[in-house]
Amino acid sequence: MELKTLCEMQGLSGREEFVRKAVKDICIEKLGSDAVSFDGTGSVIAVRKAKNPALPRVMLAAHMDEVGLLVISATDEGLLHFRASGGIDARVLVSKRVKVGYGEAAIAGVIGETPIHLQTAEDEKAAPKMENLTIDIGAKDKAEAEDKAPLGTPVTFDIPYTPFGDGYVCAKALDDRVGVYNLLRLLDTPYDGELTFAFTSQEEVGLRGAFAAGYRVQPDIGIVLETTGANDLGDVDDAFKVCIPDKGPSISFMDRSSMADRGLFKTVLAMAKEENIPHQVKKYISGGNDAGAIQRAGAGAKTVVFSVPCRNIHSPASVCCLRDVDAQYRLAQATLRHLMKG
Amino acid sequence: MKELIQQLTAVYGPSGSETAVADVIESLVKDKVDSIRRDALGNLICEVKGTGDKRIMLAAHMDHIGLIVTHVEKEGFLRVSNVGGISVNHSRARRVKFQNGVEGVLYEQVLKENEKSKLSTLYIDIGAKDEAEALSMIDIGDVAVYAEAAFDVGPHRMSSPAMDDRSACALLVQLLRSLPQKHQSLVAVFTTQEELGCRGAAVSAYSVQPDEGIALDVTIASDMPEMKINCVKLGEGPAIKIKDAASISHPDVVKRMIAAAKAAGVDYQREVLPYGGTDAGAMQLSRGGMPVGTLSIPCRYVHSACEVIDLRDVDGAVKLLVEYVKA
Repeated sequence: MELKTLCEMQGLSGREEFVRKAVKDICIEKLGSDAVSFDGTGSVIAVRKAKNPALPRVMLAAHMDEVGLLVISATDEGLLHFRASGGIDARVLVSKRVKVGYGEAAIAGVIGETPIHLQTAEDEKAAPKMENLTIDIGAKDKAEAEDKAPLGTPVTFDIPYTPFGDGYVCAKALDDRVGVYNLLRLLDTPYDGELTFAFTSQEEVGLRGAFAAGYRVQPDIGIVLETTGANDLGDVDDAFKVCIPDKGPSISFMDRSSMADRGLFKTVLAMAKEENIPHQVKKYISGGNDAGAIQRAGAGAKTVVFSVPCRNIHSPASVCCLRDVDAQYRLAQATLRHLMKG
Repeated sequence: MKELIQQLTAVYGPSGSETAVADVIESLVKDKVDSIRRDALGNLICEVKGTGDKRIMLAAHMDHIGLIVTHVEKEGFLRVSNVGGISVNHSRARRVKFQNGVEGVLYEQVLKENEKSKLSTLYIDIGAKDEAEALSMIDIGDVAVYAEAAFDVGPHRMSSPAMDDRSACALLVQLLRSLPQKHQSLVAVFTTQEELGCRGAAVSAYSVQPDEGIALDVTIASDMPEMKINCVKLGEGPAIKIKDAASISHPDVVKRMIAAAKAAGVDYQREVLPYGGTDAGAMQLSRGGMPVGTLSIPCRYVHSACEVIDLRDVDGAVKLLVEYVKA
């Protein structure tokens, strides 16, 4: 499946149904329906049985959900108040087009703010607050707004997937449809041990899908395919850039949710070097991802995370380099090959 | 006990890199236990079968806090982030060392006007002339720890950056060497990544599945000048924890610990700590849950390069536990 198709799907945390359906169909087509199952959190878990049970049981994981908004109320004038689903900075929201509702039933909306002509000097200095922003869906009053977008209606960014420059792409939901895209490409990758593909739900609200999937599968090794924030725009000291697009996926030694297994981390670095797969070490300790849940599931697992650097992450216009996306795929493939050698 | 603590505090072992500590402990206890294994997170799990009807997990964590290299400056200085609860105030002008023996000076850069101290204003100077030379000595992701060796403080006390929690590892090793004739089945788990949120204890408790969990850890002594809390004192015996921010000890465990202290003729203190947590917090919530407690070694200057404990408290803790595990 194309990355474009995956990014343009709507899929808030707990509302991953479109992505889930697409993932399910491909998994069943490639691995058979017996291999595919679901759980109460909304994850899709596809298991390829071991030809060689002596090899480590590996779980590859990528999360299906994206950050977005939820409608919480309507004003008398027919504007919608909302809150974030997942981590969103209110500053990225102003004047953005959004889809209110899901699929065929979705309607267009736009997030408004006071026009510059009417802002005071103080307004200009202050960052907007989410509680002061509203979505305009063209409703004439509260009753119409509540009818079209009742409380709890999911809202996603509305932006086409746009390739630009030399191999870059701008889209919503690159975090983590990039990982989902690669996980789907890996469904038939060579590995003789038991291999689980966990397309997890609700990562953005606290790794919830991965906790359940990790507990259920209890792998020996977890490999998480993610994106991570690249902070290389503007006048940023090298120490705080975290990672840089087009220098390969970043391999994390540690983040706020997990510590990479030292042996696995060193092995992967040496292997990537040897096989000439572009990579970088993530140079900052920030964020968390499904590895935090998988590492602590049941009796514990060794984990490592490969993240595609992503500018403007958690915004309507995140940017990745497609060469990094491809290198993430090759890095996961090579790691499995390496594990097979023992 | 002093020699044992010296030996264990000398080993490199920040969170996530506890293998060397596990190797030393394994060599010390392997003749005293029925089985020994390690799991995916590096926990060292030692089982001793007993005659009692209970299987008790005793957890002491091997890891301690450190500073992880996140970036190398062109001039060869290392930028760092924290592994566990590192205090910037305790980190200025410190000698630090890496696993491969490279040593350096942890210092703080000159601050701009009104700039606040934070981890990102610290750096390590390993004597490299530039980035390339620094990267030939260490890698990004390597972890430095405070380098001070253990030393005596007065007749009964010792200081080391790794008292939290190697002093309790020493306690658990000594317990395995001093077990009474008839005792409960015991699983001594030397845990990993406690300082990152009791991760080792969570997964080992799951696989061990004991009837009861006891954490052995240091606790914050409050007998120093101007301390805002009133908790335990050094040298007045091990502390039986009633509560901290992560767990409430099971009342029955507390009762039996107190009875054990009395039977052993050991002074003890009751501990209520308004913050902090131990592996007991993770064990308590494992699977269907279990009764837990913590036996604490009072410690001054916790999470600094000079944590101080009193050896008499550790000796008392050994005696208390010998009594506690009797069947």
